[in-house]
Amino acid sequence: MEYILIIISAVFVNNIVLTQFLGICPFIGVSGKVDTALGMSGAVMFVMVIATIVTYLLQHYILIPLGIPFMQTVVFILVIAALVQLVEIILKKVSPALYQALGIFLPLITTNCAILGVAILAVQKDLNLLGSVVYAISNAAGFGLALITFSGIREQLDLADIPKGMKGVPIAFIIAGLLSMAFMGFAGIVK
Amino acid sequence: MNNLKNFTKGFISENPVFVLFLGLCPTLGTSNSAINGLSMGLATTFVLVLSNLVISSISRFIPDKVRIPAYIVVIASFVTVVDFLMKAYLNTPGKNFEPSIYDQLGIFIPLIVVNCIVLGRAEAYASKNPVKSSLIDGLGMGLGFAFALFLLGSVRELLGNGSILGFKFIRGDGVLLFVSPPGAFLALGFLIMLMRMLNQRLAKN
Repeated sequence: MEYILIIISAVFVNNIVLTQFLGICPFIGVSGKVDTALGMSGAVMFVMVIATIVTYLLQHYILIPLGIPFMQTVVFILVIAALVQLVEIILKKVSPALYQALGIFLPLITTNCAILGVAILAVQKDLNLLGSVVYAISNAAGFGLALITFSGIREQLDLADIPKGMKGVPIAFIIAGLLSMAFMGFAGIVK
Repeated sequence: MNNLKNFTKGFISENPVFVLFLGLCPTLGTSNSAINGLSMGLATTFVLVLSNLVISSISRFIPDKVRIPAYIVVIASFVTVVDFLMKAYLNTPGKNFEPSIYDQLGIFIPLIVVNCIVLGRAEAYASKNPVKSSLIDGLGMGLGFAFALFLLGSVRELLGNGSILGFKFIRGDGVLLFVSPPGAFLALGFLIMLMRMLNQRLAKN
């Protein structure tokens, strides 16, 4: 039951993009087409789950026993940056097909604040290992849901007649605002 | 480029938020009131100025292949410093037990480390330029970012709460939507549009 609440909360109620504002750069940047949005969401889910597991282990078996939890920011970001490189190298060797699909998105993920954000939030929320994994998966699913919905709308937008000053990024923000308003309807289901 | 131009480019013509679209997560996440936006902007400025200073002075000694991780370590150290400073000095709850600025900014303080502006300026400017101009560049860009956050925060607070920095201007409650998440997207969308018009007008003259 606890895990179901985590899932519903992360995917719908506290959607990582639309209410927590993490991962806005890829949300605005690579959401022009549904295909690229799918690739990006896949890559984010992959890296987010691995990063959350690794940072959880680091926090609980290295940083806390050594009494240096203040090194969290420095250690986490370095580990995530190294991890993304590692995932890229392994993926290239093990599964070229998956690498082809996710490859170009992987380097972009290092500076995606959603990855570091979820890793830190999972530690702050005092979740156990399984809880952290569920939290990471559901946040990545929430990211994917928002990104894919948004890209679907933006594809339609190519045909729309938009005022000159609004073209490009401004109209994307207005749409994101409307989408976020729709997600506000979920507020109050779980805390 | 002279120093003054180097300093002022961050405000309008190369504003990181309105023109370059960098650092959008903290922009949207911490601009629910003018004071939150301003504190986030100043915290980022602090990190940006000091990391530009350090990176421009040590970039000669860093091997090219490991430069990005090295920059990230420098930036992350300053983020930790700013985190501690804010925890120490901005952590008192308000009069009516509203959460302190440190609590309201929350996760976005450690996330300064992944703010594209900081790493972007380190890589694009500080690593190739002398210390003094890197310092000015960091200050200008940081204050430009703070200006954008303050502007967005003021607009949202004014529309949502009828006040700026806690001073009431309009009686009544205001449109609550603008302090909630959708309002951030809407307000930023319209502000970018206005800034674009302003920039075009400036370019024409």
